[in-house]
Amino acid sequence: MKKGFQTIMGLATAIICIIVLHVEAQSPKGKYRNVVLTNATIETVTKGTISNGTVLIIDGKIAGVGATVSIPAGTEVIDCKGLNIYPGMIDAGTNLGLNEISAVARTTDFNEIGEVIPQMRALTAVNPNASAIPVTRVSGVTTVLSIPTGGMLSGTAALINLHGYTPDQMYAGFEGIVLTFPNTGRRGFFDRRTDDEIKKSSDKALNSLNDVWEKATQYHKLDSATKGKAGYYPEMQALVPVIRGEQTLLVEVNASKDIQAALKWLKEKKVKKTILTGVSEGWRVADEIAKSAIPVITGGVLELPSRDYDRYDKAYANPGLLKKAGIKVAIKSESGNNNYRNLPYHAGFAVAYGMNKEDALKAITIIPAELFGVSDKLGSIEVGKSATLFICNGDPFETKTQVSHVFIEGWEVPMVSRQTELYDEFLKREPGVSKTKK
Amino acid sequence: MDMKKLILSIASGFLFLFAQAQIEKGNLLIKNGTVLTITKGNLDQTDVLVKDGKIIQIGKNIQAPVGSKVIDATGQFVMPGIIDAHSHIALDAINEGTNPITPEVNEADVINPLQIGIYRALGGGITTVHAMHGSANAIGGQCETLKLRYGTFDPDVLKMDGAPRTIKFALGENPTRSHGEGAGIVPRTRMGVEFVIRQAFTEAKEYSDAWAKYNKNKLVKGFRGAPPAYSYRHEVLSDILNDKIIVHCHSYRADEIYMMLKVAKDFGIKRLVFQHVNEGFKVAPELAAQGAMASVFSDWWAYKFEVYYSTAYNAAILSKNGVVTSINSDDAEMMRHLYHEAAKTQKYGGLSDQEALELITINPAKQLGIETRVGSIEVGKEADITIFKNHPLSIYGVPMLTIVDGIVRFDREKDADDMRLWVDPKQAIETSVFRDKLNDADHCMEGAEFILDSEIFKANNK
Repeated sequence: MKKGFQTIMGLATAIICIIVLHVEAQSPKGKYRNVVLTNATIETVTKGTISNGTVLIIDGKIAGVGATVSIPAGTEVIDCKGLNIYPGMIDAGTNLGLNEISAVARTTDFNEIGEVIPQMRALTAVNPNASAIPVTRVSGVTTVLSIPTGGMLSGTAALINLHGYTPDQMYAGFEGIVLTFPNTGRRGFFDRRTDDEIKKSSDKALNSLNDVWEKATQYHKLDSATKGKAGYYPEMQALVPVIRGEQTLLVEVNASKDIQAALKWLKEKKVKKTILTGVSEGWRVADEIAKSAIPVITGGVLELPSRDYDRYDKAYANPGLLKKAGIKVAIKSESGNNNYRNLPYHAGFAVAYGMNKEDALKAITIIPAELFGVSDKLGSIEVGKSATLFICNGDPFETKTQVSHVFIEGWEVPMVSRQTELYDEFLKREPGVSKTKK
Repeated sequence: MDMKKLILSIASGFLFLFAQAQIEKGNLLIKNGTVLTITKGNLDQTDVLVKDGKIIQIGKNIQAPVGSKVIDATGQFVMPGIIDAHSHIALDAINEGTNPITPEVNEADVINPLQIGIYRALGGGITTVHAMHGSANAIGGQCETLKLRYGTFDPDVLKMDGAPRTIKFALGENPTRSHGEGAGIVPRTRMGVEFVIRQAFTEAKEYSDAWAKYNKNKLVKGFRGAPPAYSYRHEVLSDILNDKIIVHCHSYRADEIYMMLKVAKDFGIKRLVFQHVNEGFKVAPELAAQGAMASVFSDWWAYKFEVYYSTAYNAAILSKNGVVTSINSDDAEMMRHLYHEAAKTQKYGGLSDQEALELITINPAKQLGIETRVGSIEVGKEADITIFKNHPLSIYGVPMLTIVDGIVRFDREKDADDMRLWVDPKQAIETSVFRDKLNDADHCMEGAEFILDSEIFKANNK
């Protein structure tokens, strides 16, 4: 009998071992749990800094924040002694989920054919399993605007949280129409058009934009008159909410003259909800932007000046100069390269070259949340908001700071990406040079 | 001395003046900074004395020689000028993309000292760059190591006199798409890349053997043979085989890196630095065993297929496996914050301050063969120095002064808002240039666009 018991115990142990090994071999998954984060320095963003504070996460939401928070018995605890809590960072200018490998056309989905295709929705094509998503979120960037680009009205951008298995699970509550305003800037070293050619193509584009807007306005009137029976016209139907001031128009514009032209155009067309994006030369015309009261999403900050004779650090200083002029400024990273994990460094450089640190933090948290109308859920550590936040061991702008935990809508995401997996496998590769000797 | 001789000697004196580029060298004293020497530890509240462009004393309370310029670095960080082992600035041509093998071309012939990129690099604390040929060809052109003596109009003044010769090689997608896809000739695959390199080396060996034989035989009385035909291409390739030129090999994938290691071994090439080398981490033990070095990006990836399986931990894995590693830019913007790129190895792999700073100073110096002259703050070394407000590995670090050969070439405090030298009244539009962010990761292909525009390339991509 005793021997039988031992056998059973032995078998049980073996089975447990196998199960444990099996679990370890699996890719880690997100965990949805109620948890309390204690002893932390909490950067609420909207309500100052709380030292030695507590954040309580219940059912995906922040249920308590402060120096003293009553905690339901049995809640799991993460001791954050010596650590900081920040709201998840929001990168308002990416093509994450739409771009796997930029140079391989079959893996890119941000650039549909056509100049006027506002009906093309990013949310449709966002790949929840894009390899860049874990790479981005383990650095504390929890939420991004994924933007279709290419033509003039290139589609509908979508705000997504970087955890979920379907686009709908990821959707963070904002979609906006993208307009690349007719531009007079060159596109890089290979753009060898003459100044006249550039001017002509820009004028032509503006004419065509005006035609589109006229049509959309007519369509809106027709639609109103027929109570929504104006007929199937997908481009125009997509623009109607913008014409009616219900949806945001994201206007990508960079050269100072183009910014001026865009401000004039937006005023003429009486576009109600609008955000300027890019805005590289915004510092040149900052007062005019401020006067328009139109908010700005600027970046990437880690850029060259756009003209040879500009001061070398103008791109770094631009966000601070815009803010100083009284403009509402969000900061985005460099779009298109799948390195959105560098968003805090774009903000950090803005600080190194003149922006107030608090403003730079707001520019990647609460300001984009406000611009996208989701500040009731994202952008700060406040009771009632979504538990979308991260824990790190210092100033998140500092390069060496390590992010230890990331929560997205209450889901504690695994702190792994393909890049960390490669590190684990190859730091001490086995076998080494010799296949048999260690 | 008669008149004729006098004129001749004056004329030859002038000739000598023109032949020898005039390098400006300065005297100064940098007072009371935190000196990050790189090779000899960190020294608090320490002075660095520079004479004739060289560091002659490091210590406390050094008295400034009469008339010497004094820089107060109190509360600031004094480090060796940053070295970028992979750059394309100050060059008017990057790619001779017409043949898979072009060692006969040389970047030394197309240096442009007026490029604003040089000044901007100084603004990022850079003092030395490796100005490289592009990556369209398996064996590309010779490169030039430059010191950023911005302000000169003379291309030769930028050259770092006496720096070892270097040459660009390239493996993988760039040579195969340029020549295989673009021109319909070998190489179209990584097999072809290996073949064209081995073929070139074998022919060069035959060439130098033929010359050696001729040079030996011509001394024999009664020898009547003709010399072999001269070929500059084969001269350069022979110099590679004799380790007179350091090979800097553009590469990404582990398989092609391993291939090149074997080729180098077979032809006895010892001085080999891999560039980009995104998958170097996969063959780090092999790189270390052969003494090959690696110059990498901090975190660039996913812009093309061969960099898809990259990791930002690459530099840390390579370093910890004993590979001499540097962080480079290959980019006119990124080169302005290599100190920040180096700091990323602290996030990705936990390198110490010392290890991280070596990646942009003494290590790239080793890769260019100039480590006895620059890359650290030591007595006897050239006075290439960058002074930072805040620690250079901090995001808030700002290069304030950049000094080359003891001459201040960048001073943030004196930088004007509008750097225009003159205004062209006929300029109709003030054109701004914005980078195409989706296509700008491949700077190595600048100048080779015509290939990607060819009928053959298009046919291959239907």
